[in-house]
Amino acid sequence: MAPPERQLKVRTPGALVHLPRQTPPDEGPLADPRLGDVDEWGRSEHIRELTRRLYDPLYRHWFRAEWEGLDKVPKTGGALIVANHAGAIPSDAPVIMHGIEEELGRPVYGMAEHLFKALPVFGTLWSRAGGVAAHPENAYRLLREQEQLALVFPEGTKGPGKLFQDRYQLRRFGRGGFVEIAMRAGVPIVPIAVVGSEEAMPILWKVPRLSQMLGVPYVPITANMLVLGPVLGLVVPFPAKFRLTVLDPVHFDVPPDQERYSKSRVMEEADDIRVRLQEKVYEMLRARKSVWFG
Amino acid sequence: MAVGRRVLVTGLGSFWGARVAQALEQDDSIEVIVGLDTKEPTVPLERTEYVRADQSYSILARIVKAAQIDTILHTFLVVDSTHMSGRALHEINVIGTMNLLAAAGAANSPVRHILVKSSSLVYGSTYQDPAWFREETPRTHSPRTRVERSLIEDEGYLHDFPEHNPDVMVTLLRFSNVLGTDIVTPMSKALELPLVPKIMGYDPLMQFVEEDDVIRCIEFVMANQVPGIYNVAGDGRVPWTEVARLCGRRTIAMPPVLTSLAAAPLDRLLRVDLPEETLALLRYGRGIDNRRLKRAGFQYRYTTAGAIESFAEASRLRATVGDSNPVYKYQAEVENFFRHSPAVVRNAD
Repeated sequence: MAPPERQLKVRTPGALVHLPRQTPPDEGPLADPRLGDVDEWGRSEHIRELTRRLYDPLYRHWFRAEWEGLDKVPKTGGALIVANHAGAIPSDAPVIMHGIEEELGRPVYGMAEHLFKALPVFGTLWSRAGGVAAHPENAYRLLREQEQLALVFPEGTKGPGKLFQDRYQLRRFGRGGFVEIAMRAGVPIVPIAVVGSEEAMPILWKVPRLSQMLGVPYVPITANMLVLGPVLGLVVPFPAKFRLTVLDPVHFDVPPDQERYSKSRVMEEADDIRVRLQEKVYEMLRARKSVWFG
Repeated sequence: MAVGRRVLVTGLGSFWGARVAQALEQDDSIEVIVGLDTKEPTVPLERTEYVRADQSYSILARIVKAAQIDTILHTFLVVDSTHMSGRALHEINVIGTMNLLAAAGAANSPVRHILVKSSSLVYGSTYQDPAWFREETPRTHSPRTRVERSLIEDEGYLHDFPEHNPDVMVTLLRFSNVLGTDIVTPMSKALELPLVPKIMGYDPLMQFVEEDDVIRCIEFVMANQVPGIYNVAGDGRVPWTEVARLCGRRTIAMPPVLTSLAAAPLDRLLRVDLPEETLALLRYGRGIDNRRLKRAGFQYRYTTAGAIESFAEASRLRATVGDSNPVYKYQAEVENFFRHSPAVVRNAD
């Protein structure tokens, strides 16, 4: 990196000497004297590495995650990964991200509720570990310009916020925004059906009044809390066996970068993906003999 | 007739007005530079004509016509809301701009290009923001502070202006926070404290533009007649704690709740006022996409980290030798003598 071309600045208020005209900018990269490794998204490779190392035992020995159809995840180019979402503090997001990073060696950037960014400490760590706020602009940049894998949960907070009695019943897929983003970015959607997340942290009751007061989507009373106490129960999931199946990617035959896309087509595609995921989840549940051993 | 030869600069007594005028003076193709302000200029100027005008620019229409001004550089928008009443801010930013546009759009007005120096404050800073705002990206929350509201109102006027004045080109530049060798902002003051305030649990990504790049950008837009809206900010974003480290400072954490209360003593004791919009920035940061201006052909000389370093070096120099610049005092008679007296031999060498 070339050192910055320093010049004595004398055009200060009060200075009596004038600068000569500035020389034209020299070629080559500008000086960028950084101290840390936090990139423009807020990720830190150190923290990502540390997170990976800490999470790996959980992924391998606690959840014993098993994949099917991993070869359907594109090796290059952008793709939007969507999955069903469940468990009070959902474990499906880290399992999918860590799994694809480990098995395919490609980073996956989880896009989540903006609320994460508002939380002190946690929001910063989440961002350093590679989390991105779910804003259409962010998704477009990740998928189209940087050709990365991004993960979204179209159910939003309605997925993990549902009671245990409603387990594995997929909620509405928002307003289909994820389909529109994939169309605009010109990338395929890769659906992943996840089984095990519901049992990792089942919600028994919710406290709507408290969640209203705190301004969060839901305040759960989980089975984990009953077993492990209110604090530990909020962070430690049960060791449910995770199975993940990658479905055939959906390619949209539309030109990217359009101002708008047919709303009916978007809703149709979104619902189609939802139905396929739901059916796959039921199929996996039919084959599952034990919650804990698969 | 070529545009960009007869220029009017607003806010000549302010930091940016003076800087812009000094830069323009070195361009021989610019024939006339007229500067307006209520205050006298605080820097020596060679050929800029200073006209004292009230904030509402009531004489602007006459000046524009008399001097056949073809370009107005509106650098006098207040973006630092500290130590200024909301009313004064409104007068300068909203009423001033309104009058300025009215004068520029009068019948037979010679004005062909209006350039306005706005700020990335128009995007706000909340937890729901995207990592980068493009020029079209709408802000996610309605503005809560006066300075943001006033700048958004201004942009509304500018948006409507070309409809009634199709032959006047409008350029709106939204600058991110500026750091550099000389400019003093709430942010730069905070970074010169022995312990730099941060908000506990947050380490937002900051983006800066160097003050030289600001001037160069204004010159670039003027010289190349670039219309439209542009974000101006250095490449990259740097976490606030790293900004402090680059300045050789440690940080001190303010509580994440009731932060403005915790920040209040800073103003009382150290004259470092952190207004609401700056506190929001220290919580969530902000990023603006600078690529449109680059595509238009502008080349930055500093990245965000480069701007911080430029500030840090100047700050270290100041800490050692003090502010050694000689003090300049504007004296109308002296200035008049050099500019207009028949006794002065021009082009002597």
